[in-house]
Amino acid sequence: MYNGGKIFIGIIVFLGIVTFPLYYNLGRADTPPKPSLNTPVINQMKVKHCVEPKAFMRADHMQLLMQWRDSALRDGERVYISSTGERYDISLQNTCLHCHANKAKFCDRCHIYMAVHPYCWSCHFAPEKENKL
Amino acid sequence: MKAFLPFLAVIFLVLLVIVGVKTASLYFLFGVVVPYAALLTFLAGVVYRTVKWGTTPVPFHIPTTCGQQKTLPWIKQSKIENPSGTGGVIVRMLLEVFMFRSLFRNLKTEMHEGPKITYGSDKWLWLAGLSFHWSFLFIVIRHLRFFTQGVPMPVQIVEGLDSFLQIGLPLVYITDVLFLAAVTYLFIRRVTIPQVKYISLAADYFPLFLLLAIGCSGVLMRYFLRVDIVSVKTFTMGLVSLRPKIVPGISTLFYIHLFLISTLFAYFPWSKLMHMGGVFLSPTRNLANNSRIKRHINPWNYPVKVHTYAEYEEDFREKMKMAGVPVEKE
Repeated sequence: MYNGGKIFIGIIVFLGIVTFPLYYNLGRADTPPKPSLNTPVINQMKVKHCVEPKAFMRADHMQLLMQWRDSALRDGERVYISSTGERYDISLQNTCLHCHANKAKFCDRCHIYMAVHPYCWSCHFAPEKENKL
Repeated sequence: MKAFLPFLAVIFLVLLVIVGVKTASLYFLFGVVVPYAALLTFLAGVVYRTVKWGTTPVPFHIPTTCGQQKTLPWIKQSKIENPSGTGGVIVRMLLEVFMFRSLFRNLKTEMHEGPKITYGSDKWLWLAGLSFHWSFLFIVIRHLRFFTQGVPMPVQIVEGLDSFLQIGLPLVYITDVLFLAAVTYLFIRRVTIPQVKYISLAADYFPLFLLLAIGCSGVLMRYFLRVDIVSVKTFTMGLVSLRPKIVPGISTLFYIHLFLISTLFAYFPWSKLMHMGGVFLSPTRNLANNSRIKRHINPWNYPVKVHTYAEYEEDFREKMKMAGVPVEKE
Protein backbone atom coordinates (compact mmCIF):
# COMPACT_ATOMS: atom_id res chain seq x y z
CA MET A 1 0.00 0.00 0.00
CA TYR A 2 1.39 3.38 -0.99
CA ASN A 3 0.47 6.40 1.15
CA GLY A 4 -1.38 3.91 3.31
CA GLY A 5 -1.84 6.33 6.20
CA LYS A 6 -3.53 9.00 4.12
CA ILE A 7 -5.75 6.51 2.32
CA PHE A 8 -6.72 4.90 5.61
CA ILE A 9 -7.72 8.29 7.06
CA GLY A 10 -9.69 9.03 3.89
CA ILE A 11 -11.60 5.75 4.14
CA ILE A 12 -12.38 6.33 7.81
CA VAL A 13 -13.69 9.85 7.06
CA PHE A 14 -15.79 8.47 4.19
CA LEU A 15 -17.31 5.72 6.34
CA GLY A 16 -17.92 8.21 9.15
CA ILE A 17 -19.86 10.54 6.86
CA VAL A 18 -21.89 7.88 5.09
CA THR A 19 -22.93 6.05 8.23
CA PHE A 20 -23.84 9.27 10.07
CA PRO A 21 -27.59 8.46 10.34
CA LEU A 22 -26.80 5.03 11.77
CA TYR A 23 -25.01 6.34 14.83
CA TYR A 24 -26.68 9.75 15.15
CA ASN A 25 -29.97 8.11 16.09
CA LEU A 26 -28.50 5.77 18.70
CA GLY A 27 -30.28 6.23 21.99
CA ARG A 28 -32.92 8.51 20.52
CA ALA A 29 -36.53 7.43 20.86
CA ASP A 30 -37.97 6.46 17.52
CA THR A 31 -41.60 7.38 17.99
CA PRO A 32 -43.76 8.39 15.05
CA PRO A 33 -45.87 11.45 15.87
CA LYS A 34 -49.54 11.03 16.76
CA PRO A 35 -51.51 14.21 16.09
CA SER A 36 -54.08 14.59 18.84
CA LEU A 37 -57.78 14.81 17.93
CA ASN A 38 -58.76 15.46 21.52
CA THR A 39 -60.50 18.84 21.33
CA PRO A 40 -64.02 19.70 22.55
CA VAL A 41 -65.41 20.32 19.06
CA ILE A 42 -64.06 17.07 17.64
CA ASN A 43 -65.19 15.11 20.67
CA GLN A 44 -68.74 16.36 20.16
CA MET A 45 -68.85 15.22 16.52
CA LYS A 46 -70.92 12.10 15.98
CA VAL A 47 -69.11 11.10 12.80
CA LYS A 48 -65.57 12.41 12.96
CA HIS A 49 -64.61 13.83 9.60
CA CYS A 50 -62.46 16.58 8.19
CA VAL A 51 -63.05 18.79 5.18
CA GLU A 52 -61.70 16.06 2.92
CA PRO A 53 -60.91 12.36 3.56
CA LYS A 54 -58.12 11.57 6.02
CA ALA A 55 -55.71 10.09 3.45
CA PHE A 56 -55.98 13.21 1.29
CA MET A 57 -55.54 15.53 4.27
CA ARG A 58 -52.45 13.68 5.48
CA ALA A 59 -50.60 14.05 2.19
CA ASP A 60 -52.13 17.13 0.58
CA HIS A 61 -53.39 19.46 3.33
CA MET A 62 -50.77 22.08 2.44
CA GLN A 63 -52.12 22.30 -1.08
CA LEU A 64 -55.66 22.72 0.18
CA LEU A 65 -54.53 25.44 2.57
CA MET A 66 -52.78 27.30 -0.22
CA GLN A 67 -55.78 26.92 -2.48
CA TRP A 68 -57.93 28.34 0.33
CA ARG A 69 -55.53 31.22 0.86
CA ASP A 70 -55.63 32.13 -2.82
CA SER A 71 -59.38 31.87 -3.19
CA ALA A 72 -60.12 33.82 0.02
CA LEU A 73 -57.49 36.55 -0.29
CA ARG A 74 -57.06 36.92 -4.04
CA ASP A 75 -60.47 35.97 -5.43
CA GLY A 76 -62.63 36.85 -2.43
CA GLU A 77 -64.30 33.46 -2.69
CA ARG A 78 -65.05 32.19 0.80
CA VAL A 79 -67.09 29.06 0.12
CA TYR A 80 -65.45 25.68 -0.40
CA ILE A 81 -67.42 22.72 -1.68
CA SER A 82 -65.74 19.50 -0.64
CA SER A 83 -65.50 16.27 -2.60
CA THR A 84 -68.48 14.98 -0.60
CA GLY A 85 -70.54 18.03 -1.60
CA GLU A 86 -70.48 19.78 1.78
CA ARG A 87 -70.04 23.53 2.01
CA TYR A 88 -67.33 24.98 4.19
CA ASP A 89 -66.37 28.50 5.09
CA ILE A 90 -62.86 29.14 3.74
CA SER A 91 -61.01 30.27 6.85
CA LEU A 92 -58.00 28.95 8.70
CA GLN A 93 -59.03 30.55 11.98
CA ASN A 94 -62.74 29.77 11.87
CA THR A 95 -62.86 26.44 10.06
CA CYS A 96 -59.58 24.56 10.50
CA LEU A 97 -58.74 25.83 13.95
CA HIS A 98 -62.36 25.63 15.07
CA CYS A 99 -61.96 21.88 15.36
CA HIS A 100 -58.18 21.62 15.56
CA ALA A 101 -57.82 24.15 18.34
CA ASN A 102 -54.72 22.36 19.59
CA LYS A 103 -51.95 23.56 17.30
CA ALA A 104 -49.16 22.30 19.54
CA LYS A 105 -50.59 18.81 19.75
CA PHE A 106 -51.96 18.62 16.23
CA CYS A 107 -50.07 20.70 13.66
CA ASP A 108 -46.73 20.91 15.40
CA ARG A 109 -46.26 17.23 16.19
CA CYS A 110 -45.76 16.13 12.59
CA HIS A 111 -44.14 19.41 11.54
CA ILE A 112 -41.48 19.10 14.21
CA TYR A 113 -40.98 15.42 13.39
CA MET A 114 -40.41 16.30 9.73
CA ALA A 115 -38.55 19.58 10.49
CA VAL A 116 -41.08 21.57 8.48
CA HIS A 117 -41.57 25.23 9.33
CA PRO A 118 -44.86 26.41 7.81
CA TYR A 119 -45.18 30.16 7.52
CA CYS A 120 -48.92 30.16 8.35
CA TRP A 121 -48.19 31.76 11.69
CA SER A 122 -46.33 34.76 10.36
CA CYS A 123 -49.80 36.18 9.49
CA HIS A 124 -52.26 34.09 11.53
CA PHE A 125 -52.48 33.92 15.28
CA ALA A 126 -52.20 30.50 16.82
CA PRO A 127 -55.22 29.72 19.02
CA GLU A 128 -54.82 31.18 22.49
CA LYS A 129 -56.42 28.37 24.43
CA GLU A 130 -54.11 25.74 23.00
CA ASN A 131 -52.07 25.40 26.15
CA LYS A 132 -55.06 24.28 28.17
CA LEU A 133 -55.91 21.46 25.79
CA MET B 1 -27.75 3.92 -30.42
CA LYS B 2 -25.63 3.71 -27.30
CA ALA B 3 -28.09 5.78 -25.26
CA PHE B 4 -31.04 3.55 -25.99
CA LEU B 5 -30.04 0.50 -23.96
CA PRO B 6 -29.35 2.44 -20.74
CA PHE B 7 -32.67 4.20 -21.22
CA LEU B 8 -34.43 0.86 -21.51
CA ALA B 9 -32.53 -0.38 -18.46
CA VAL B 10 -33.89 2.46 -16.31
CA ILE B 11 -37.42 1.91 -17.65
CA PHE B 12 -37.00 -1.76 -16.83
CA LEU B 13 -35.94 -0.93 -13.26
CA VAL B 14 -39.05 1.22 -12.79
CA LEU B 15 -41.32 -1.46 -14.23
CA LEU B 16 -39.64 -4.03 -12.00
CA VAL B 17 -40.72 -2.08 -8.91
CA ILE B 18 -44.23 -1.54 -10.23
CA VAL B 19 -44.63 -5.26 -10.85
CA GLY B 20 -42.82 -6.26 -7.67
CA VAL B 21 -44.57 -3.89 -5.28
CA LYS B 22 -47.94 -3.21 -6.83
CA THR B 23 -48.70 -6.65 -8.25
CA ALA B 24 -46.65 -9.06 -6.20
CA SER B 25 -46.58 -7.03 -2.93
CA LEU B 26 -42.90 -7.77 -2.34
CA TYR B 27 -42.64 -4.90 0.16
CA PHE B 28 -40.01 -6.55 2.30
CA LEU B 29 -37.78 -7.28 -0.68
CA PHE B 30 -37.96 -3.79 -2.19
CA GLY B 31 -38.22 -1.89 1.09
CA VAL B 32 -35.69 -3.69 3.27
CA VAL B 33 -33.56 -6.33 1.54
CA VAL B 34 -32.61 -4.29 -1.52
CA PRO B 35 -31.72 -1.02 0.32
CA TYR B 36 -29.55 -2.82 2.90
CA ALA B 37 -27.84 -4.91 0.22
CA ALA B 38 -27.22 -1.78 -1.84
CA LEU B 39 -25.74 0.12 1.11
CA LEU B 40 -23.42 -2.75 1.99
CA THR B 41 -22.33 -3.08 -1.64
CA PHE B 42 -21.66 0.65 -1.73
CA LEU B 43 -19.57 0.75 1.44
CA ALA B 44 -17.62 -2.43 0.73
CA GLY B 45 -17.19 -1.54 -2.93
CA VAL B 46 -15.85 1.96 -2.31
CA VAL B 47 -13.40 0.69 0.30
CA TYR B 48 -12.31 -2.14 -1.99
CA ARG B 49 -11.73 0.13 -4.97
CA THR B 50 -9.86 2.71 -2.90
CA VAL B 51 -7.59 0.14 -1.29
CA LYS B 52 -6.95 -1.39 -4.70
CA TRP B 53 -5.92 2.01 -6.00
CA GLY B 54 -3.77 2.48 -2.93
CA THR B 55 -1.82 -0.68 -3.70
CA THR B 56 -1.13 0.47 -7.27
CA PRO B 57 2.24 2.23 -7.55
CA VAL B 58 2.65 5.57 -9.28
CA PRO B 59 5.61 4.85 -11.59
CA PHE B 60 6.22 8.39 -12.73
CA HIS B 61 6.04 11.79 -11.15
CA ILE B 62 3.32 13.34 -13.31
CA PRO B 63 1.70 16.45 -11.79
CA THR B 64 0.05 18.63 -14.40
CA THR B 65 0.97 22.25 -14.06
CA CYS B 66 0.06 25.49 -15.72
CA GLY B 67 2.05 28.11 -13.88
CA GLN B 68 5.59 29.14 -13.05
CA GLN B 69 7.55 26.42 -11.32
CA LYS B 70 9.57 27.15 -8.18
CA THR B 71 12.95 28.36 -9.34
CA LEU B 72 15.25 31.34 -8.76
CA PRO B 73 14.24 33.54 -5.83
CA TRP B 74 13.49 36.58 -8.01
CA ILE B 75 11.04 34.69 -10.27
CA LYS B 76 7.60 34.55 -8.72
CA GLN B 77 6.26 31.03 -8.32
CA SER B 78 2.64 30.20 -9.09
CA LYS B 79 2.08 28.37 -5.82
CA ILE B 80 -1.34 26.89 -6.58
CA GLU B 81 -0.94 26.14 -10.28
CA ASN B 82 2.51 24.68 -9.76
CA PRO B 83 2.80 23.65 -6.12
CA SER B 84 6.17 22.65 -4.75
CA GLY B 85 4.96 21.49 -1.33
CA THR B 86 2.05 19.91 0.51
CA GLY B 87 0.34 23.24 1.30
CA GLY B 88 0.00 24.18 -2.36
CA VAL B 89 -1.22 20.70 -3.23
CA ILE B 90 -3.91 20.90 -0.54
CA VAL B 91 -5.16 24.27 -1.79
CA ARG B 92 -5.14 23.04 -5.37
CA MET B 93 -6.97 19.88 -4.38
CA LEU B 94 -9.63 21.80 -2.43
CA LEU B 95 -10.24 24.10 -5.39
CA GLU B 96 -10.41 21.07 -7.65
CA VAL B 97 -12.89 19.22 -5.44
CA PHE B 98 -15.13 22.14 -4.57
CA MET B 99 -14.81 24.37 -7.64
CA PHE B 100 -13.74 22.01 -10.47
CA ARG B 101 -10.86 24.29 -11.31
CA SER B 102 -9.42 22.17 -14.12
CA LEU B 103 -12.82 21.95 -15.78
CA PHE B 104 -13.01 25.74 -15.63
CA ARG B 105 -10.18 25.80 -18.13
CA ASN B 106 -12.19 23.74 -20.59
CA LEU B 107 -11.77 25.11 -24.11
CA LYS B 108 -13.71 24.75 -27.30
CA THR B 109 -11.48 24.00 -30.26
CA GLU B 110 -12.80 24.89 -33.69
CA MET B 111 -11.46 24.53 -37.20
CA HIS B 112 -12.11 27.43 -39.55
CA GLU B 113 -11.36 28.05 -43.19
CA GLY B 114 -7.83 28.85 -43.92
CA PRO B 115 -7.23 26.35 -42.29
CA LYS B 116 -7.25 28.19 -39.01
CA ILE B 117 -7.75 26.74 -35.57
CA THR B 118 -9.34 28.73 -32.74
CA TYR B 119 -9.68 28.10 -29.04
CA GLY B 120 -12.70 29.65 -27.35
CA SER B 121 -13.91 29.80 -23.78
CA ASP B 122 -16.42 27.08 -22.93
CA LYS B 123 -17.74 27.34 -19.41
CA TRP B 124 -21.10 25.61 -19.83
CA LEU B 125 -19.83 22.16 -18.93
CA TRP B 126 -18.15 23.59 -15.85
CA LEU B 127 -21.30 25.48 -14.86
CA ALA B 128 -23.62 22.51 -15.37
CA GLY B 129 -21.19 20.15 -13.65
CA LEU B 130 -20.83 22.47 -10.69
CA SER B 131 -24.60 23.06 -10.39
CA PHE B 132 -25.24 19.36 -10.61
CA HIS B 133 -22.72 18.33 -7.97
CA TRP B 134 -23.58 21.09 -5.51
CA SER B 135 -27.31 20.52 -5.95
CA PHE B 136 -26.82 16.83 -5.36
CA LEU B 137 -24.85 17.55 -2.19
CA PHE B 138 -27.58 19.88 -0.92
CA ILE B 139 -30.25 17.31 -1.79
CA VAL B 140 -28.41 14.56 0.07
CA ILE B 141 -27.96 16.78 3.15
CA ARG B 142 -31.62 17.80 3.00
CA HIS B 143 -32.69 14.17 2.87
CA LEU B 144 -31.13 13.65 6.30
CA ARG B 145 -34.38 14.98 7.73
CA PHE B 146 -35.83 11.59 6.84
CA PHE B 147 -33.00 9.77 8.58
CA THR B 148 -32.55 11.64 11.86
CA GLN B 149 -34.79 11.90 14.86
CA GLY B 150 -34.46 15.48 16.06
CA VAL B 151 -33.18 16.88 12.78
CA PRO B 152 -29.73 18.51 13.26
CA MET B 153 -29.64 22.28 12.92
CA PRO B 154 -27.27 22.36 9.89
CA VAL B 155 -29.69 20.14 7.96
CA GLN B 156 -32.55 22.51 8.81
CA ILE B 157 -30.45 25.50 7.74
CA VAL B 158 -29.65 23.88 4.37
CA GLU B 159 -33.33 23.04 3.93
CA GLY B 160 -34.34 26.61 4.82
CA LEU B 161 -31.85 28.16 2.40
CA ASP B 162 -32.91 25.80 -0.35
CA SER B 163 -36.57 26.74 -0.02
CA PHE B 164 -36.21 30.41 0.83
CA LEU B 165 -37.91 31.59 -2.36
CA GLN B 166 -41.20 30.39 -0.76
CA ILE B 167 -42.80 29.39 -4.05
CA GLY B 168 -45.84 27.14 -3.71
CA LEU B 169 -46.58 24.61 -1.02
CA PRO B 170 -44.69 22.40 -0.35
CA LEU B 171 -42.02 25.01 -0.96
CA VAL B 172 -40.06 24.62 -4.17
CA TYR B 173 -36.43 23.69 -3.59
CA ILE B 174 -33.96 25.61 -5.74
CA THR B 175 -31.71 22.57 -5.95
CA ASP B 176 -34.53 20.41 -7.36
CA VAL B 177 -34.81 22.76 -10.32
CA LEU B 178 -31.03 23.11 -10.71
CA PHE B 179 -30.46 19.36 -10.45
CA LEU B 180 -32.95 18.44 -13.16
CA ALA B 181 -31.82 21.29 -15.41
CA ALA B 182 -28.14 20.40 -15.02
CA VAL B 183 -28.59 16.66 -15.61
CA THR B 184 -30.75 17.41 -18.65
CA TYR B 185 -28.05 19.73 -19.99
CA LEU B 186 -25.36 17.10 -19.41
CA PHE B 187 -27.44 14.61 -21.38
CA ILE B 188 -28.22 17.01 -24.23
CA ARG B 189 -24.56 17.93 -24.43
CA ARG B 190 -23.66 14.28 -24.90
CA VAL B 191 -26.02 13.74 -27.79
CA THR B 192 -25.65 17.06 -29.60
CA ILE B 193 -21.88 17.58 -29.69
CA PRO B 194 -20.64 15.08 -32.32
CA GLN B 195 -17.23 14.47 -30.75
CA VAL B 196 -18.71 13.92 -27.29
CA LYS B 197 -21.42 11.69 -28.71
CA TYR B 198 -18.76 9.62 -30.48
CA ILE B 199 -16.86 8.86 -27.29
CA SER B 200 -19.96 8.36 -25.09
CA LEU B 201 -20.66 4.82 -23.95
CA ALA B 202 -23.60 3.12 -22.34
CA ALA B 203 -21.79 3.59 -19.01
CA ASP B 204 -21.96 7.35 -19.58
CA TYR B 205 -25.66 7.43 -20.36
CA PHE B 206 -26.85 5.02 -17.68
CA PRO B 207 -25.90 7.19 -14.66
CA LEU B 208 -27.48 10.21 -16.35
CA PHE B 209 -30.78 8.43 -16.96
CA LEU B 210 -30.67 6.93 -13.50
CA LEU B 211 -30.11 10.33 -11.86
CA LEU B 212 -32.80 11.88 -14.00
CA ALA B 213 -35.24 9.16 -12.99
CA ILE B 214 -34.32 9.59 -9.31
CA GLY B 215 -34.80 13.35 -9.57
CA CYS B 216 -38.10 13.01 -11.40
CA SER B 217 -39.53 10.47 -8.96
CA GLY B 218 -38.52 12.72 -6.05
CA VAL B 219 -39.99 15.81 -7.65
CA LEU B 220 -43.21 13.95 -8.46
CA MET B 221 -43.50 12.81 -4.85
CA ARG B 222 -43.02 16.28 -3.45
CA TYR B 223 -44.91 18.50 -5.83
CA PHE B 224 -47.37 16.44 -7.82
CA LEU B 225 -48.36 12.97 -6.58
CA ARG B 226 -47.73 13.67 -2.93
CA VAL B 227 -47.05 10.84 -0.52
CA ASP B 228 -47.67 10.90 3.20
CA ILE B 229 -44.16 11.83 4.32
CA VAL B 230 -44.78 11.07 8.00
CA SER B 231 -45.32 7.41 7.04
CA VAL B 232 -42.25 7.61 4.82
CA LYS B 233 -40.14 8.89 7.68
CA THR B 234 -41.49 6.23 10.01
CA PHE B 235 -40.31 3.72 7.44
CA THR B 236 -36.88 5.28 6.80
CA MET B 237 -36.25 5.67 10.53
CA GLY B 238 -36.89 1.94 10.85
CA LEU B 239 -34.21 1.34 8.24
CA VAL B 240 -31.52 3.50 9.86
CA SER B 241 -32.24 2.29 13.38
CA LEU B 242 -31.79 -1.28 12.07
CA ARG B 243 -35.33 -2.17 13.10
CA PRO B 244 -36.88 -2.22 9.62
CA LYS B 245 -40.64 -2.34 9.40
CA ILE B 246 -42.97 -1.98 6.46
CA VAL B 247 -45.32 0.96 6.94
CA PRO B 248 -48.62 0.52 5.12
CA GLY B 249 -50.08 3.21 2.90
CA ILE B 250 -46.89 4.37 1.16
CA SER B 251 -47.39 4.68 -2.58
CA THR B 252 -45.46 2.71 -5.20
CA LEU B 253 -43.80 5.94 -6.33
CA PHE B 254 -41.82 5.97 -3.11
CA TYR B 255 -40.64 2.41 -3.70
CA ILE B 256 -39.58 3.37 -7.23
CA HIS B 257 -37.54 6.26 -5.79
CA LEU B 258 -36.00 3.99 -3.16
CA PHE B 259 -35.17 1.26 -5.65
CA LEU B 260 -33.52 3.66 -8.08
CA ILE B 261 -31.41 5.11 -5.27
CA SER B 262 -30.48 1.59 -4.21
CA THR B 263 -29.46 0.89 -7.79
CA LEU B 264 -27.31 4.01 -7.80
CA PHE B 265 -25.64 2.97 -4.53
CA ALA B 266 -24.96 -0.58 -5.73
CA TYR B 267 -23.76 0.61 -9.13
CA PHE B 268 -21.56 3.38 -7.76
CA PRO B 269 -18.34 1.53 -6.80
CA TRP B 270 -18.12 -0.33 -10.12
CA SER B 271 -18.61 2.62 -12.39
CA LYS B 272 -17.19 5.98 -13.42
CA LEU B 273 -19.01 7.46 -10.44
CA MET B 274 -16.03 6.34 -8.37
CA HIS B 275 -14.40 9.60 -9.45
CA MET B 276 -15.71 10.70 -6.05
CA GLY B 277 -12.83 8.80 -4.47
CA GLY B 278 -10.63 8.87 -7.53
CA VAL B 279 -10.25 12.64 -7.61
CA PHE B 280 -8.24 12.43 -4.40
CA LEU B 281 -5.98 9.77 -5.87
CA SER B 282 -5.18 11.36 -9.23
CA PRO B 283 -1.38 11.64 -9.51
CA THR B 284 -1.69 14.58 -11.90
CA ARG B 285 -3.44 16.54 -9.15
CA ASN B 286 -2.14 15.26 -5.84
CA LEU B 287 1.61 15.35 -6.46
CA ALA B 288 3.71 18.41 -5.79
CA ASN B 289 5.86 19.47 -8.73
CA ASN B 290 9.14 18.87 -6.92
CA SER B 291 10.78 16.35 -9.22
CA ARG B 292 13.93 18.48 -9.43
CA ILE B 293 14.16 18.74 -5.64
CA LYS B 294 13.27 15.20 -4.68
CA ARG B 295 13.90 12.13 -6.80
CA HIS B 296 10.78 10.08 -7.47
CA ILE B 297 11.65 6.41 -7.50
CA ASN B 298 9.35 4.04 -9.29
CA PRO B 299 8.10 1.75 -6.52
CA TRP B 300 8.01 -1.25 -8.79
CA ASN B 301 11.65 -0.93 -9.80
CA TYR B 302 13.34 -4.22 -9.03
CA PRO B 303 17.13 -4.49 -8.51
CA VAL B 304 18.56 -4.56 -12.03
CA LYS B 305 21.59 -6.80 -12.65
CA VAL B 306 24.25 -4.66 -14.27
CA HIS B 307 27.48 -5.57 -15.94
CA THR B 308 29.71 -2.49 -16.08
CA TYR B 309 32.34 -1.80 -18.71
CA ALA B 310 35.08 -2.23 -16.13
CA GLU B 311 33.81 -5.71 -15.37
CA TYR B 312 33.49 -6.44 -19.09
CA GLU B 313 37.07 -5.41 -19.67
CA GLU B 314 38.13 -7.57 -16.75
CA ASP B 315 36.52 -10.58 -18.42
CA PHE B 316 37.90 -10.04 -21.91
CA ARG B 317 41.12 -8.04 -21.45
CA GLU B 318 43.46 -10.62 -22.86
CA LYS B 319 41.28 -11.30 -25.88
CA MET B 320 40.87 -7.56 -26.51
CA LYS B 321 44.62 -7.02 -26.36
CA MET B 322 45.19 -9.84 -28.81
CA ALA B 323 42.66 -8.37 -31.20
CA GLY B 324 44.26 -4.94 -30.84
CA VAL B 325 41.28 -3.32 -29.16
CA PRO B 326 42.43 -0.49 -26.88
CA VAL B 327 41.80 -1.16 -23.18
CA GLU B 328 41.54 1.33 -20.34
CA LYS B 329 43.58 -0.62 -17.82
CA GLU B 330 46.76 -2.35 -19.00
